Amino acid sequence: MSKLTSLTIAEARDGLSKGEFTALDLTESHIKAIDAGRGLNAFITETPELALEKAKESDARRRAGTVGALEGIPLGIKDLFCTKGVRTTAASHILDTFIPQYESTVSANLANAGSVSMGKLNLDEFAMGSANITSYFGPVINPWKRRSDPSVQLVPGGSSGGSAAAVAAGLVMGATGTDTGGSIRQPASFCGIVGIKPTYGRCSRWGIVAFASSLDQAGPMARTVRDCAIMLGSMVGHDPKDSTSAPVAVPNFESALTGDIRGLKVGIPKEYRPDGLSPEIQAVWDRGVAWLKDAGATPVEISLPATKYALATYYIIAPAECSSNLARYDGVRFGLRVEGKSLDEMYANTRAEGFGAEVKRRILIGTYVLSHGYYDAYYIKAQKVRRLIADDFANAFKTVDVILTPTAPSAAFALGEKIDDPVTMWLNDIFTIPTSMAGLPGLSLPAGLDGEGLPLGLQVIGRPFDEETVLKVAEVMEKASGFSTRPKGV
Amino acid sequence: MGYLLQGDTGDWEVVIGLEVHAQVISNSKLFSGASTVFGGEPNDQVSFVDAGFPGMLPVINARCVEQAVRTGLGLNAKINLTSVFARKNYFYADLPQGYQISQYELPIVGEGVLTIDMAEGSKAVGIERLHLEQDAGKSLHDQHPSKSYIDLNRSGVALMEIVSKPDMRSPEEAGLYIAKLRSILRYLETCDGNMQEGSLRCDANVSVRPVGSTELRTRCEIKNVNSIRFVQQAIEYEARRHIEVYESGGTIHQETRLFDSVKGETRSMRSKEHAHDYRYFPDPDLLPLTLDPKMVETIKQSLPELPDEKKQRFIAEYGLSAYDAGVLVAEKASADFFEAVAKGRDHKLASNWVSGDFFAALNASGKTFDAPPVSAKNLGELIDLISDGTLSGRLAKDVFALMLESGKSPSALVEEKGLRQVTDTGAIEAAIDQVIAANPDKVADVMAGKDKLIGWFVGQVMKSTQGKANPAMLNELLAKRFQK
Repeated sequence: MSKLTSLTIAEARDGLSKGEFTALDLTESHIKAIDAGRGLNAFITETPELALEKAKESDARRRAGTVGALEGIPLGIKDLFCTKGVRTTAASHILDTFIPQYESTVSANLANAGSVSMGKLNLDEFAMGSANITSYFGPVINPWKRRSDPSVQLVPGGSSGGSAAAVAAGLVMGATGTDTGGSIRQPASFCGIVGIKPTYGRCSRWGIVAFASSLDQAGPMARTVRDCAIMLGSMVGHDPKDSTSAPVAVPNFESALTGDIRGLKVGIPKEYRPDGLSPEIQAVWDRGVAWLKDAGATPVEISLPATKYALATYYIIAPAECSSNLARYDGVRFGLRVEGKSLDEMYANTRAEGFGAEVKRRILIGTYVLSHGYYDAYYIKAQKVRRLIADDFANAFKTVDVILTPTAPSAAFALGEKIDDPVTMWLNDIFTIPTSMAGLPGLSLPAGLDGEGLPLGLQVIGRPFDEETVLKVAEVMEKASGFSTRPKGV
Repeated sequence: MGYLLQGDTGDWEVVIGLEVHAQVISNSKLFSGASTVFGGEPNDQVSFVDAGFPGMLPVINARCVEQAVRTGLGLNAKINLTSVFARKNYFYADLPQGYQISQYELPIVGEGVLTIDMAEGSKAVGIERLHLEQDAGKSLHDQHPSKSYIDLNRSGVALMEIVSKPDMRSPEEAGLYIAKLRSILRYLETCDGNMQEGSLRCDANVSVRPVGSTELRTRCEIKNVNSIRFVQQAIEYEARRHIEVYESGGTIHQETRLFDSVKGETRSMRSKEHAHDYRYFPDPDLLPLTLDPKMVETIKQSLPELPDEKKQRFIAEYGLSAYDAGVLVAEKASADFFEAVAKGRDHKLASNWVSGDFFAALNASGKTFDAPPVSAKNLGELIDLISDGTLSGRLAKDVFALMLESGKSPSALVEEKGLRQVTDTGAIEAAIDQVIAANPDKVADVMAGKDKLIGWFVGQVMKSTQGKANPAMLNELLAKRFQK
């Protein structure tokens, strides 16, 4: 990383305001980093010319005295956010020529805050996956390497794998992610960065290609807790165009980072200690508890008994919603069309060629669980369990202020591993899914390295719309961990 | 006994339930800001939401919700303060999202009742529910030899689906139900009821059973019939088809059928085996719809007088027959017109003129109440001229014809044409004298006992006075003259 690409957003903000460098300098150095890091396959569409133009505009605004919260900061946008005039693919063949005529609320908010988009980041197709290996545009490579064999290519996690890899490798200072069952937090953990999935309803979903509407939520991914807080402040806000967007006030997330967590109660759920949990993960978790204790917080053992049903329930609800949400990709109005002799044949040809295997698998599961005769047994029951999961958390939050768990059951694995059966892959999200099901804010921060020198993340879960406490606790742990390692692969 | 169909094995009763799709009067669509005006250029009134573009989200139109509540209240129905939008999933080229947003388990309006009036008395037809849903777009298959075209202007327009209970027993009842429902919707101004433009469409569920039986046999659904007459024809055809099948030992399978108005028959559209599995589930893009009871109350207070109430009032207040009142209240505009004419005047005279000559003129002219062939003010004035003796009934008809032609007021025409009725005894007697003097032979005949000839004298005097002689006075004077 060059000097400029290794800065945090907060540092770059200071440097820009002191005039040490310009937005154009920042953007140019990131364009160079993107060129050098192309082997990671983190981008689907790079927009360097547009970025340079925006950087110049940003510098002009700064000279004119109008400075946004992210003025001149180079960011990457997950290619699930529709961007006006810039191709938006959802990493799918079915949308690989789609150029939206509208801008998603979240990416528009970030642009309005003065940030500079470097382009559209790779992801699992339609955000379905936990390793960024289902993208039509090829897998993303994790910039981190195993000590024992640096030649092995590791996955960045998913679905926001391009975002995580690009942030970790210094191709952008921060990126947008979306999280349905762990798609921000698990890749953040695999790539040694910070990512927060805010409370469901915090960020507008308008203009984000939908996967599972009742779970999808956008959030920031960056290299520090503070950077996430800065980005989050510019992404959120009530949007009348999204009926599920919450009409709540937007706090100043950055000012919540007081470092003072004395007296806070931290829940440690016993159900997150399954048999066979890696001792290294357990060790990092124990260390996290110790840091919080040292800072004056009190660990409390809690029980979230419905947790064990979360994964099974998620794989009913998310596919059910996806099967319906993806019905619009039919070749009639936009995107890929593969002709056929009849309308039905055109649908079948288009969707067979346009969707990859994982997306098809989920559409089929979703169609099945919503079918006549199965709906009550699967979908209705899953909704009831979802309620129980949310109740578990609500009960726990009567006594604790935040909950601490591991983010993922392992460190980043190798490309080609865990692909034998889809359920093994789905287990990656076992710790993140319950939070999603309950709509709660969850943050992953890097808390240490495993024996192979790979980052391991811890997850901080908060009350609904209490991202401030989540961020505050995470920042205390971040300081205690002293985690500042960057991947050597860059 | 009412309407029964004769079969070889005995008499059959027909059981009918109707689903009416009524397009909500609103400026914009149910979940987008696009316009709903009928007749725009194809695909001119389409937002990205209506076209199902990636990342687009529905936002409920509060106006459409109010209209549904208003309609529910007008149907004396239960308003559900919490209702849920659900997705009805199926693939079709004019359904951009791949699903229709509708309401399934929890509709906005629950059970209600609608009264239909028949010669033998009125009958209550139960309303099962009313729910809000999006309309689909339109497929055009006749624009190109091998291609279909899609117009999405209608896509996303708000519909109220109003489902009756299977309470109707004849095509006549079904027709009356639709007419009454249409009338109520138009009074409420929640749907314009235009069946030609498709703003009111009807699906009929039909089954039959032997007279005396209370079972509900398998029904067939006849889709999208676009006139009351066709609904009635379709029901009759379908009922007879069922009877034939049953009587020849067959079974009726639940299916969706189409009515061919040219051939006057129904035919299978898709059988149950090919029926869509709509995979309904609550739409995760929309929160449950909750209504403020105060809002419902405000709408309730603002409801207009509806046809049933108005009819009762017309009977009580104006002394009209139930039939006359029923005709007048069918359309709010005709009821309003009648009241404007009748206010402060002879009610019976007003009713006769409005439902008689005026309706005939209205129908003949093809005009509507927005621009009637004769204004209520002028018609009222005409009635005043009859009441004060200026015009006889017969003269009034002549004046009315002149009013239609010229659009002038009756008093102006009376002045202009000198059509004032002659009530001066001397003038009438002078005219009688003239006729008698000119026709001594006829006078002799009358005197010889041919009383019927007096009528001939009335005609002759009327002719000589250009019809202006007061008929009662003329009769009286002639009778006196020929008194033996």
